[in-house]
Amino acid sequence: MKEQLVLRVVAKCLIPPILIFGCYIITHGELSPGGGFQGGIVLASAFILHALIHGRATLHQAFPRNLWATIATIGALIFAGVGTYSLLRGGQFLDYGWIVPSHPAKGEPWGMTLVEYGVGLTVCSVMVLIYDMISEPAEDDPTVDEDSA
Amino acid sequence: MSEQLLVDIGLLTLVTALAIAAIEVRSLFGAAMLAGVYSLVMALEWTTLHAIDVAFTEAAVGAGISTVLLIGALVHVGRDEKKPRRRVDLRGLVVVGITGAFLVYGTLDMPAFGDPQAPVHTHRAVRLVEQQVGKLPGGPGERHAAVENAADTAFEPTSVVGSDPLDLVDDFAGHVPNMVTSVLATYRGYDTMFETVVILIAGMSMMLLLQRRRKDVR
Repeated sequence: MKEQLVLRVVAKCLIPPILIFGCYIITHGELSPGGGFQGGIVLASAFILHALIHGRATLHQAFPRNLWATIATIGALIFAGVGTYSLLRGGQFLDYGWIVPSHPAKGEPWGMTLVEYGVGLTVCSVMVLIYDMISEPAEDDPTVDEDSA
Repeated sequence: MSEQLLVDIGLLTLVTALAIAAIEVRSLFGAAMLAGVYSLVMALEWTTLHAIDVAFTEAAVGAGISTVLLIGALVHVGRDEKKPRRRVDLRGLVVVGITGAFLVYGTLDMPAFGDPQAPVHTHRAVRLVEQQVGKLPGGPGERHAAVENAADTAFEPTSVVGSDPLDLVDDFAGHVPNMVTSVLATYRGYDTMFETVVILIAGMSMMLLLQRRRKDVR
């Protein structure tokens, strides 16, 4: 769809605001509606929009498939890591108050914020991955890249 | 009859009609679009119920990503259903009818819609709103509670504890203003964590299944 001028221009105008909005939803998860899950999906929609218009090959040039898989794993590890950290500080698993034992009222928002970031990373990259996989051409295609093997 | 109820009835009728249309329509492309519209109307319904987080998710996931993924899948399966199905399966209708009747019977025991005295508003929700669930005695939560009692109101920056400047209570006195995030991230932390893991596994499974298929084709 690269030759469609309107699509290209609209996407160019839309993608940066979508990215900013996605980051906003993730970072303000504990203050306003939204959170890691919704923000991650909004972020992913920006990448998917780009891939829809410019083809998946350009997406793979900037972000190879293995990178998405790595980011997804890192996100889940951040979540588990925050839980383990509070465990190591002497509390229970995922008891965020123990992140700052001297001041649990500070630890709780810290924990939630980090956890939301983790969820956002995982959801965003998995959604892009799923789109990438579903739009995989079934037959032989010269644009199919080898960076995933 | 209140306006709220009118809007609810209108939206839910629309949702039902859209669901039936999505099942009945022969064009798969049309069905995918109808599913997206269904999610959008559901998001409106969640908004009228003041469940903004759910509405947000419904709009982003149901109307956004799901539609894109469904259409992406259409590239492989074609735009139309292959063969017409049997119009009515009597056995299925009986099973569905009985199950539905039981579900409706079950709702008869539930408190009236919007009843402020319903157990869900009086039993656990109070502690959830105070964000005191899961705070262990002897843990930092106890101190948290002490700070909180001294702070009294949630949205006022107050200094209560000693001279240590690091002990300043933050603006929300340990509360996270978005209650939904608070419940999801702490009270149901395990649930949310393994939800994230489930999403991760879904992505990994997609990679394993579809990448292998491509290699087989070659």
